[in-house]
Amino acid sequence: MKPSPLRIHRPKTIEEILELLSVHGTSGKIIAGGQSLVPVLNMRLAAPRNLIDITSAAGLDELEVVGDEIRVGALVSHRRLERDPATTSANPILADALRHVAHPAIRNRGTTVGSIAHADPNGEMPMILALTGGWVEVRSVRGARSLTTESLNVGPLETCLEPDELITSAVFPALRPGQRAGFDELARRSGDYGLAGVGMILSTDDNGVDRAGAEATITGLKAGFVSVTDIPDIIELDEFVAGTPLSQVSTILDDVISAIKGFIDPGGDIHASADYRRHLTGVIAGRLLKRLSRQRDGGGSPAGGSEMRQEGAR
Amino acid sequence: MNQMTSNETMAEPTSTIRLSVNGRDHVLEVPDRKLLSDVLRQDLSLTGTHVGCEHGVCGACTVQLDGDPIRSCLIFAASAQDHEVTTVEGIGDDPENPSDVQQAFIDSHGLQCGFCTPGFITTIDAFVDENPDPTEEEAREAISGNLCRCTGYQNIVKAVHRTAELRAACGKQHSETDEEASEANR
Ligand SMILES: Cc1cc2nc3c(=O)[nH]c(=O)nc-3n(C[C@H](O)[C@H](O)[C@H](O)COP(=O)(O)OP(=O)(O)OC[C@H]3O[C@@H](n4cnc5c(N)ncnc54)[C@H](O)[C@@H]3O)c2cc1C
Ligand code: FES
Ligand code: FES
Repeated sequence: MKPSPLRIHRPKTIEEILELLSVHGTSGKIIAGGQSLVPVLNMRLAAPRNLIDITSAAGLDELEVVGDEIRVGALVSHRRLERDPATTSANPILADALRHVAHPAIRNRGTTVGSIAHADPNGEMPMILALTGGWVEVRSVRGARSLTTESLNVGPLETCLEPDELITSAVFPALRPGQRAGFDELARRSGDYGLAGVGMILSTDDNGVDRAGAEATITGLKAGFVSVTDIPDIIELDEFVAGTPLSQVSTILDDVISAIKGFIDPGGDIHASADYRRHLTGVIAGRLLKRLSRQRDGGGSPAGGSEMRQEGAR
Repeated sequence: MNQMTSNETMAEPTSTIRLSVNGRDHVLEVPDRKLLSDVLRQDLSLTGTHVGCEHGVCGACTVQLDGDPIRSCLIFAASAQDHEVTTVEGIGDDPENPSDVQQAFIDSHGLQCGFCTPGFITTIDAFVDENPDPTEEEAREAISGNLCRCTGYQNIVKAVHRTAELRAACGKQHSETDEEASEANR
């Protein structure tokens, strides 16, 4: 279990990275945290001759909330993003999902942008980027471009990035007034990839203006999935929910769950059959929607405790 | 010989790297593809870092990088330059004078074969700094990325709490001595 011979380059600037990529892009790979790539190299599922280690390059570690955008540089670790108070107040779904990404020791080193570049359908963050309507900013010696997740993700573990391109940052939009968002999943062991996971953004007409005690009404709902779709596909569920008062959420649950179960396309493997994953996704979605309807503003599970995790505990 | 074969037999790329481990600087010539875990064990003879799975799952190889636990099997030694690496030896290397986490494992019977222990020690050492008074759930979550095939984990959870106790007591002692010192200075 050792990588095959390779050369590691350690560029110090973005320009140096782009130069190296223009020369070695086809025979090499970018390495960021290495938490997806090194296992692949150790198992010799890939044998690039050159690795471009971007971790000591300046200018890639920005983490900022600018207006209604959360800007996450290529070197920001999962852990740093998870703990960033400004990010959590702008959109709590990021930290809510990040708590389910591997273990703390992996999150200390793995980057959120690396996870998006890796495009694993079992990964949480590619889906969260799609669900929030985010995009990535990409550079090469040929120029710069922005890519939405629909254009970035072409298949499982496959993006439309050219071999000479670097993602410099991922941008996640903040929640808008009246929106609530959350994530939940079930994994066989703590830190494993989820058997099934669901993220949701619920929109209401409660936009912070004093409503003289009137109850908020749901105006929209969208959901994204982990491990049960090939790429981060998002389903819009407005038609099933719009106009329902928040307290009446139980009246729409069945419709939402059956729309979701019809939309996803899980595969079966040694860990769980396709039918079981489909069933689980419905259960998680129902609980998440109830949780969001009860929550005051924003969303995100309090202290990281999730109903599924407790109920599904070993 | 065709191009392919001559490429395949090309000399192994190596580099001179500077590694800071347990407060000491080392200059080493190593193959670029060599993992930090192997350099620690083979080049620096720091065999306390154990290697189980080499894909990030078991946690036996956990070391601290600038104080944060990471997997030494998932980082090239060359990439660990410019960082401070702390192995289990850096936390405590004297059987007569164990560190608080090591003492906690002894007090709580937190190990049997000991293969997993160095990864738990480095993980718990960093965790208790961050969370000096963890709940049972937090303690379990903190060690959930480390596998142990012997103990059944109960005593390792106890060792997390015991570490917190020992560190709190020691912190109190420290601040008392500080106070005495500052009084003496007055
Ligand atoms: C035991 C274990 C459990 C895990 N569990 C989960 C989990 O539950 N959920 C989950 O989502 N992930 C999980 N992961 C993966 C982890 O999240 C990785 O950190 C992440 O997927 C990749 O980030 P990285 O920085 O380590 O990227 P790397 O491994 O360095 O790179 C991954 C890929 O992305 C490319 N890349 C990296 N950065 C860029 C960039 N800036 N521009 C262009 N391409 C780039 C690389 O070339 C490579 O192909 C797990 C990993 C391990 C070892
Ligand atoms: S050897 Fe590194 S995690 Fe198992
Ligand atoms: S004590 Fe033997 S594996 Fe943990």
